[in-house]
Order: sequence, then C-alpha cells, then structure tokens
Amino acid sequence: MGFVHRRRRGAELFLLVLALAVGVGGYAAVGLGVEGEVPPDIIGYGGWLAALMVGAHVVVRLVAPYADPVLLPVVAALNGLGLAVIHRLDLADGASFARQQLTWMTVGVILFVGTLLILRDHRILARFTYTAGLLAIVLLLLPLVPGLGLIINGARIWISVGPFSFQPGEVAKVLLVIAFAGYLVQHRDALALAGRRVLFVDLPRGRDLGPIVAMWLISLGILVFQKDLGSSLLFFGLFLLMLYVATERPGWIIVGALMFLGGATMAYRLFGHVRVRVDTWLHPFEYYNGPAGENSYQLVEGLFGFAYGGLIGRGFGDGDPTRVPYAESDFIMAAIGEELGLTGVIAVLLLYGVLVERALRTALISRDGFGKLMATGLAAIFALQIFVVVGGVTRLIPLTGLTTSFLSYGGSSLVASWVIVALLLRISDQARRPVPELEPVDEDAAAAESTQVIKVAR
Amino acid sequence: MSELTYFLIRIAYLAILWIFVLAAISVIRSDMFGARVPEAQRTARAPGAPKPPKQKASKRKGSPTHVAVTQGSNTGATAGLDRAPILIGRGTDAAIRLDDDYVSTRHARIAASGDQWFVEDLGSTNGTYIGNVRITQPTTITLGTQVRIGKTILELQK
Repeated sequence: MGFVHRRRRGAELFLLVLALAVGVGGYAAVGLGVEGEVPPDIIGYGGWLAALMVGAHVVVRLVAPYADPVLLPVVAALNGLGLAVIHRLDLADGASFARQQLTWMTVGVILFVGTLLILRDHRILARFTYTAGLLAIVLLLLPLVPGLGLIINGARIWISVGPFSFQPGEVAKVLLVIAFAGYLVQHRDALALAGRRVLFVDLPRGRDLGPIVAMWLISLGILVFQKDLGSSLLFFGLFLLMLYVATERPGWIIVGALMFLGGATMAYRLFGHVRVRVDTWLHPFEYYNGPAGENSYQLVEGLFGFAYGGLIGRGFGDGDPTRVPYAESDFIMAAIGEELGLTGVIAVLLLYGVLVERALRTALISRDGFGKLMATGLAAIFALQIFVVVGGVTRLIPLTGLTTSFLSYGGSSLVASWVIVALLLRISDQARRPVPELEPVDEDAAAAESTQVIKVAR
Repeated sequence: MSELTYFLIRIAYLAILWIFVLAAISVIRSDMFGARVPEAQRTARAPGAPKPPKQKASKRKGSPTHVAVTQGSNTGATAGLDRAPILIGRGTDAAIRLDDDYVSTRHARIAASGDQWFVEDLGSTNGTYIGNVRITQPTTITLGTQVRIGKTILELQK
C-alpha cells in the first residue's frame, strides 16, 4: 500500500494554540518585565491574535485540507514573538510600532486567506510566467520614478502611495519566483543538457547564458541605482538556486559564483556605500565612532547586546536593546539575543529552519515540476533572507539591509511573507492530497490494440 | 516583585518557546511516515472484491456535464461525463475518437474520483499536456482547463 498523507488539521490546531501561547505569553512577559504588571489590554490583544489564527485555520481546513500542518503555526509563533519584542522596544522608546505591526499582520492574514480562497490550483500561475516577470521588473523600477520613489536611509526602494510608503521589491520577489519557475520548467532541458565538460564540471553553453546575465545585470542595477545590497544579493541568489535545482548542474553554481565575486569586487572598488559595509564588517571596533553613515555603531551595539544577553538572556525589560538603532527592524535579532539569550536565538533559528524544511519537503513531494520549482524558490527566499540578516547582525558576513521575515517591523515584508506562506500551503495541499484511486486500465484491450498501421502524415 | 519572580518568568517564557519548537518537530516526525490506510478501505479495493457502490455525485450547479474537443481536426466532438471513465485516443473503443496522427490508440482518459475530475495519461507516445506541462500522474482538471493531446485540445464543459 502506498504512502498516504494524513490531513493533520488537528495537529495544526494544537500547534496554533502553542503558537498563541508564544505570542500572548511574550506580551505578558514584556508587561511584567517592563512595567511590573500584566498589561491591562492583554485580553483584547490575545483575543485579536486568537481570532486571526482561528480564522486562518478555519479557511485552511475548508479550502486546503491536506496542506502542511506545521507551516502556519510556525509563522504565527514567529509573528507573535516579533510583536512582543517590538512592543517591548515601543515601551522603552514611546513609539507605536507594535500597533502598526498588528495592523499589518491583520492585512497579511486577510491576504493569506484571500490567496487561498482565490487560488485553488497553483499551476494556474504557470500561465502568467512572462506577465509575472514583466510586472516584477516594473515594480523594481517604480522607486526610481521621480516623485513616486522615496529615499529612506540612503536606499531608494520605497514608493509613496498617499499616506503609505511601500516597498515594491517585496512583492517583486514573489512574482520573480513565479516567473523563474515557469521559465525554468519550460527551458530546463536546453539549460541542463547542452554544454561541454571541463575538469569534471559541465559548463553551460555560451548562448544559454542569456538569462543568468540578464539577472546579474538586474541585480547590479538594484545595487547601483537603489543602493540596496540585500535585495541585490537576494534576487541573484534566488535565481541561481532555482537554476541549479531545475538543471541539477553544479556548473551553474560555479558560473554564478564567479559572476557574483566579479560583481562584488567591482562594487567594492566603485561604490563607497559597499566599501563602508565591508570595512565595518572586517574592523567593526575601529569605526565605532566614525562619522554618520560610515560608522559601525549599530553593528557593535548589536554585538554588545548579544554578549550582554549571554546564554539565557536578561529577560524582557532588563536588557537595554534600544541602544541599537533600528532594533525593531533590521536588528531585531540583537534585541532577541539580548533579552532571550542564545537559548531564544537558537529557538528562533530552529523555527526558521523548520519553515524552510517544510517548504523544501513540499517541493520534494510535489507532483508537477512547476510546483516543485516554485516551492524551492519560496523556501530559498526565506533561507536567503534569514541567512543574510542574521549573518550580517552576527558579523558572519557584511551587513546588508533585509528584513527578518515575520519578526521584524515592516509592513510590505510582513504582508508579502504571509502571501508566500499561502502559496506554500496551496502547493503542499496539492502535493499531499492522495493520488486518486482510478480503476485500473483494462490491460488486455490495450495489448490487443497496441500494434497497428499508423496513417502517415501528408 | 522579587528578583526570583523575574527569573522564573524569564525561564518560563524560554520554556514556552522551546515547547513550541519541540512540538513542531514532533509533528514533523509523526508526519514523515504518512497514514495507515484503514483495513476496510484496503479490502474494498482488493482485486476480486466487489467494487464499492458508486455514489452518484449530486449534480451541483456549475459541475461539468461533458468533454468537448475545442481545437483540432475533431472540433465539436463531445462525450457525456455520465459514461466515465472516458477513453480518448485513435482506437475504435475510444469514447472520443481523434483523427490526429500525434495521438496514440489509447492515449488518455478522464475519470472521476469523488466530485473531482482527473485526466490520466495511458502511456501515450507524445504525452498529454495541461498548459505547457506534460502530466505524469492523474491530474485534476476543472471547467475550462485545456488538455492538449497531439494537436487536439479538449476541455470540460457545462
């Protein structure tokens, strides 16, 4: 008897209750630690979170009954923890980021539900391969339009629509995954088979280099014109990973890595903002008191935070995470490291690991090539983002600005991440649904008619 | 509150976090091996055993009633879904006979499972496509999904 996946919706509900405990418990712990009492609005806050979770769960139960049971609770727990940490920073700063983040989370869950309701079969997206690609490029170019684009902290990646500012790049990355998956499913054979072998490595043909060169140029363009290191790295890495998965050829990784090294060296030579990032990464303590925009104050304060937190952290309210500029967005891992310690940081990293593992697992069991590639791409988005951000904050790699999905403050990123999870659930629902039991084909009739003269085409 | 209380809160929250992580991992572990198919269901499917009585799916509004050829040399040919499974090919026993050189004798079939319709390739030479994707396993189709067989396109219609 074959392998049949269970629905596991009960397990999902159980994990969601635990995830709610993480979110509400965090909120309560912040109130107790900072103000010495359980926050008076905890019932309303907890009720709101619970309503969002139950709503999402009911919709999954109805329209994606076979979907993966772990994805939604993990995401809910990360989002709840993020809200608690942002709320803790708000209490110290007097800001109201947590309230806005809760609003964005609500929008994200509504879009999550909408995606699941509207998109009943992910293969429909394969029809929009080139539309999605074109739209992604337009979205990436939008911040460069004069009057529409905003420059915040030196990076030109925002657009302002009325009272809101928005990062179109966050939507573009989802569209790019769809475009890459559709393109690679169609062209994988040409990209995988042609080429010559040099030193045990199959190198691709020159004329097949078109797409990878185009993607490289787009990534360099983002780096030069929008001064956004993180997105540039994310888009190129994403394309390279999907190309490798689609063709199973290490040659592409080698070509891509060489192109990346070339681009990175060039950027280091030519652009001041790249050089600053590398210098502060190599010698952070020498640039601690440097002039604005060229110092490593943020990075070093983040490292101090990790060190002060130690193994089990100072506890909510006892640390001093507001010393780090932008602790609620880029450096939220430093705030978690300071108040929850290494124990908390490892738990968070494990949750991201589980998230990526489930997405890759979905890719493995998916029955169609497009679904496989799309799930891989969506997993790669999370994996690359977390690696780049956490690596940057912990000084493993040069610091680049990307958001920590679900944890850090940022509306566009949060909303886009919820949509990505909805897409993953849709693919995993299709993948885990049992293969239909159709009556076996009548073999005798098939054999009797298998040989016959065929009319030749004129 | 005393220092000890703060310490306990700190430990308690880390414990909640880790309980969640471990619970998630244990769900993944129990999910690895799938489900045992219930014994009753297995015997019902065993060869020789009487087939479970087919439930007539209640005709819901908007459910497809027939398959139609929308493109190719046999445009307009149809077959009612009440005679499912519907065999498609160049052979004489096919419910929809196609005069298309790129179609195998027994090319594909359309069958129902529950209230969903599936198209299944029967080992044809040139394959069965939905969109640009060649199908390798029974694949769900809905109203208007275009199934390409050789130079012919079929779809479910109301």
